[in-house]
Order: sequence, then C-alpha cells, then structure tokens
Amino acid sequence: MDKLINDFSVGLFFWQSLLFIALILLLKKFAWGPILTAVEEREDGIKDALEAAEKAKAEMQALNADNERILAEARIERDVLLKEAREMKDKIVNEAKDQANTEADKILISAKEQINNEKMKAITELKNQVADMSIDIAEKILKSELSDKNKQNELVAEALKLTK
Amino acid sequence: MNIKTLIFTLVISVFSSLSILAEEHAIHGEKDIKTEIKETIAHHLMDSHDFILTHDLSFPLPIILYTDGNLDIFSSANFHHGTTSHTVNGRTYSLDHGHIVEASGLHPIDFSITKNVTFIMIVFLMMLIMFTRMAKSYKKSALPSGMGRLLEPIVLYIRDDIAIPNIGEKHYKKYMSYLLTVFFFIWIINLFGLTPLGVNVTNNIAVTLSLALITYVLTTVTANKSYWGHIFWMPGVPVPMKFILAPIELLGTIIKPFSLMIRLYANITAGHVVLMSILGLIFIFKGWIGSSLSFGLAFALALLELLVAALQAYIFTMLSALYFGSAVEEHDDH
Repeated sequence: MDKLINDFSVGLFFWQSLLFIALILLLKKFAWGPILTAVEEREDGIKDALEAAEKAKAEMQALNADNERILAEARIERDVLLKEAREMKDKIVNEAKDQANTEADKILISAKEQINNEKMKAITELKNQVADMSIDIAEKILKSELSDKNKQNELVAEALKLTK
Repeated sequence: MNIKTLIFTLVISVFSSLSILAEEHAIHGEKDIKTEIKETIAHHLMDSHDFILTHDLSFPLPIILYTDGNLDIFSSANFHHGTTSHTVNGRTYSLDHGHIVEASGLHPIDFSITKNVTFIMIVFLMMLIMFTRMAKSYKKSALPSGMGRLLEPIVLYIRDDIAIPNIGEKHYKKYMSYLLTVFFFIWIINLFGLTPLGVNVTNNIAVTLSLALITYVLTTVTANKSYWGHIFWMPGVPVPMKFILAPIELLGTIIKPFSLMIRLYANITAGHVVLMSILGLIFIFKGWIGSSLSFGLAFALALLELLVAALQAYIFTMLSALYFGSAVEEHDDH
C-alpha cells in the first residue's frame, strides 16, 4: 500500500483525467453521437420497412379475400342465371310441345271428320245409285215379265199358291 | 486480421519482450541474474521519463515540473537516463529511481509527458481518428464500412447488452458516451501493454483512480432521489436499522469505484508480472528444455492476457453501467 501511494503520480493522474475527459467530450460530439444516431435511424428504418411490409401483406390478404368473395358471388349469380335459363328453356319447350300436340289433335279430329263426311257422302251417293240401278233393273224385269201372257198367269198362280 | 497473423504477432511480441530482457541483461551483466530479472520487472511496471525501445533506441520526452510556483520545462535527454542532473532556472533536478528530486529539498510536482502519458495521447488520437472516421462513414451509407464493420458490433453490444439491461431504456443514453469511451480506451491501452513497446498504462494506480473517479462522479451527480433515499434513509427497515445502514451504504458508494480502481490495476499488473517472470525463467534455466517450456508457457499466457485485456475493459464498463443503473433506478417503494 505504501508503495502504491508512493508510486502515485499526480502528473499521470492529471494527464489521464484531462485527456480522458477531453476524449469523452470530443468523441461524444464527433463520434458516438453521429454513430448512435445513424445506427438508431437505420434500426428505425428497418423496423418501419418491416412494419410496412407486414401491412402490405395484410392488405394483400384482405384484397385476396375480397377477390375471393366477389368471385364466389359471381359464381353463385352465374349458377342462378344458368338455372333460370334452363327452367325457361324447359318451359318453352314444354309449351311448344303442348301446343303442337293440341294442334295435331285438332288436325287429326278435323281430318277424321272430313273423312267421315266424305265417306257418308260416298255412301249416300252409292245408295242413290244402287237405288236407281235397282229401279232400272226392276223396271226392265217387270217390262219383260209382263209382256208374255202365260208368264203373267203363271206368276199369278204362283202368287196365289203362296197366299194359300 | 486472421488468426495466423494474430499468432505471428504474438510470437513476435514474446520474442521482442525477450530481447528487451536480454538487452537489459547485457547492460548489467555482472549482477546476479535473479536480482536482475526482478529489477527489470520492477522497472517495466514503473512509468519512465524516456521512451526506451531498446538499449540503442530511446526517445527523450518533455519534462514539465511545477516547483514552488514555477513551471520548469526541459527535455529528459538532459538526465542521460538518470546518470546526470540538470539545472534549469537555478533549480537542479536529478532522477532517483524514476522520481524527479530537487537538490535543495523543494518538492516538484511532476507533470511530465512520461512514457505512459505519451501512450495515453497516442490512444487519444487513435480513438479520435478511428471513431470520427467511423462516424463519417455513416454519412455515405447506413451500413458501416472499413473499420466500422469491426467496431459497430462492439458498440452495439455495449449498448444492447451492457447499457440497456443495466441502466434501463429510459436513462441509458446519457451514459453511452462514457461507457463506449471507457471500454475502448481500456481495451486499446491494455492491448498496447501486450505489445513489445513496453508500455503499461493501466497498471498505474493514478490511471485507474482517474477512471474510477469519473464513474463515481457520474454516479453521484446523476443519482436521483430514490438512490440517496436508499443510502441515508433505507425504506422498509426499522428506524434503528436505518441509522446503522446509512454509514454502511455511504461507504458502499465509495467502495464500489474503489474496487473498480483496484481490480483493473491488480489484474493488469499481475498479468505483466507473471508474464515477465516466466520470460525471466528462460534466463535462469538456460537449458533447452526449461527455456522452451518457459517460452510455451509465456506464449499461452500472452494469449490469456489478450483475453484479460478485453475482459477487464468489459468488466469495468459493465460495473460502471451497473452503478449508473442503481443511481437512476426508479423504485416503486417496496
């Protein structure tokens, strides 16, 4: 301890204190201040950039979700439209079918009627012709039968026989 | 610097230290070798008024003396390594075991630029250039360039792992300049101590006292009410205990920086003494086996000292931060 106190150099203490305090002050002004500020600015910059990136990512996700939603809505709408169109088509086709059927029925009925009418006409005509022909034949037969006296007698006799 | 150059530098340092010892040995060849080594070590630990690189190469340094209200300035070359005295303005000075004495019994106060002061100045300039250049490099880009690439992680480490955890996010900024300066100063000057230049700044109690005193003053000046409250009127203990605790706590505030001063001084001194003693063994053994063993040991120890150089800087900074932290801590009274 004595040696320590004995060896204590006031001059060294003075120079060390003076130079060291000067060094602190000079470095504070010209080195540590600018260095620490620069480093902090850089760190803040990195932090901000990271936050911005995170935010952009979140926004992107929101945008994606929105897109998805819109897409889904569009899909639903399309499905509805398609369904409606299909229904409309079916309806139209069915209506057309029905109409065609009724029309066909109508045509058929009228055709049948016409055929029937024609048939009746033909039958009536035929009947009239047959009657005319029968009358003609009967007239001719009668004429020939009645021309001969014997034959007239025979015929009367026969008719008498039948009445008996 | 890669590991190869590092090892190479270390080996060179050890060899050069050897050469210093050998030179000294050559000067006073006739003395007993053990006394010789002891004296060399003692001489190495002391500050010097010349900067002696080897026996042939030494630089005189300015001597500044404040005697009886007068300032006497002259070159240390006038002492011729302590062999002659020098008279200036009617006062005759001579060197006595590294101390300057005045012939007529006056007590000069020695403000000389000694070897240690020279190295403090060199480190001062080095740090000033290094860190202002680093600061300038940030103006060009957000990323450090050159030396800054090595220094920035250390600066950030001191901020994020020493200052902020110990002092707290709120107050740490005002202490950063001191913590950074003290860390790099102690580290660089310790590293200089390991070079063969033979300087030894932090094993001077005056230097460590100055550093510890700044920590103490900073702690005391910036301390808040709660800190003083915990010293003079410890909350949460019975009143008689408060009276007992006050002097103990008050003493504690002085013991803390005192331990800082002794720790740094003792660690560096011990490291140098052990390293030089082992180097001295080489001259005692004089044999191949003993000498090479000593050399290996000295090499391993030099590596260890390299770690100690940084470790002591770290511990000093860490503890300073801890004391500052206790000074600005806000208690929500238990």
